[in-house]
Amino acid sequence: MDFSWMAWTLPTALFFLTIALMLVGMGVWEYFSPGGNPRVGILRFETTRGDRLFVSLLGSAFIHLAWLGLVGANLWWALALSVIYAIAVFRYV
Amino acid sequence: MEKTWNNKAWFMVLPVLVLVAFSAVIPLMTVVNYSVQDTFGNNEFFWAGTDWFLDVLESDRFWDALTRNLIFSAIILAIEIPLGIVIALNMPKKGIGVPICLVLMALPLLIPWNVVGTIWQVFGRVDIGLLGRTLASLGINYNYVQNPLDAWVTLIIMDVWHWTSLVVLLCYAGLVSIPDAYYQAAKIDGASRWSVFRYIQLPKMKRVLLIAFLLRFMDSFMIYTEPFVVTGGGPGNSTTFLSIDLVKMAIGQFDLGPAAALSIIYFLIILLLSWIFYTVMTTSDAQG
Repeated sequence: MDFSWMAWTLPTALFFLTIALMLVGMGVWEYFSPGGNPRVGILRFETTRGDRLFVSLLGSAFIHLAWLGLVGANLWWALALSVIYAIAVFRYV
Repeated sequence: MEKTWNNKAWFMVLPVLVLVAFSAVIPLMTVVNYSVQDTFGNNEFFWAGTDWFLDVLESDRFWDALTRNLIFSAIILAIEIPLGIVIALNMPKKGIGVPICLVLMALPLLIPWNVVGTIWQVFGRVDIGLLGRTLASLGINYNYVQNPLDAWVTLIIMDVWHWTSLVVLLCYAGLVSIPDAYYQAAKIDGASRWSVFRYIQLPKMKRVLLIAFLLRFMDSFMIYTEPFVVTGGGPGNSTTFLSIDLVKMAIGQFDLGPAAALSIIYFLIILLLSWIFYTVMTTSDAQG
């Protein structure tokens, strides 16, 4: 099968592979600890771990965009900030 | 009755996953791939990194179109949701009037977007359109081709005409599901018309209103066909929304990289706003 029309690059392939691994990881987590671990965090509404992953990924996307627009094209710091943000979301939201 | 837990049931969702992969995931992946590259055709691509994202974020064109989108959606929601509730409250609940009203309400929803655009384009024309000529004969200086305010008013009225019915039908479905016992209890208590609406009808409509609100927000925020047909984004750029700008960029200018970057930013904004609306409304629903 020829997927050259999708214009794949190594960085984008790694990006999607990471997302896919996260989803598989969430599936494994759910298998061993079913129910999604719902709880009410600092946002004062109930979230499951799936919600927390969604909030982490969406927030990370905006952190990267904000960094790009306000600071510059070196996104490693934005990535580090996103990881800290995701840990905080999983810990407190 | 005891529930049976069978993980094999997950296989039942496989067809949907395959369909979504073909219709959404693969195109989205392709757009992401395009957004970090440049192409001059012939399926040849050159790495551009985050340049296109930076270009989009630094362009006034993007922020102006986004502002127009947000203002348009806010106006649409502010008009269509209350108007839909009022019409639904005043629709007959029994008798021959019910099917007549439902069919009349459903009619605008059955008309394709481009036809709606064409209808209003002709309707508003000063030389041959009924609306344009009537306003001109009344001495009102209306011309949606030249005046940005007139173009906006035309687009808003057109959208209200096209989509308020959806809100009406959803609210009506919520209203007819309220048992008569609620109204009888309110009557015994001597509740006013406002109290019946505030404490019986509105809470019962909350779920359908959430759906109506989200659908109308997403639709109005992604509006393309009607303004494209009626105004083509003009006069000037006054009705150039993000979707129109995106098509101009991708198809008109063949700037696939910047267009892909704009698509992703556009997608993320819709995702964020829809999530916020959904969360706020479902949370208040659970608490109330």
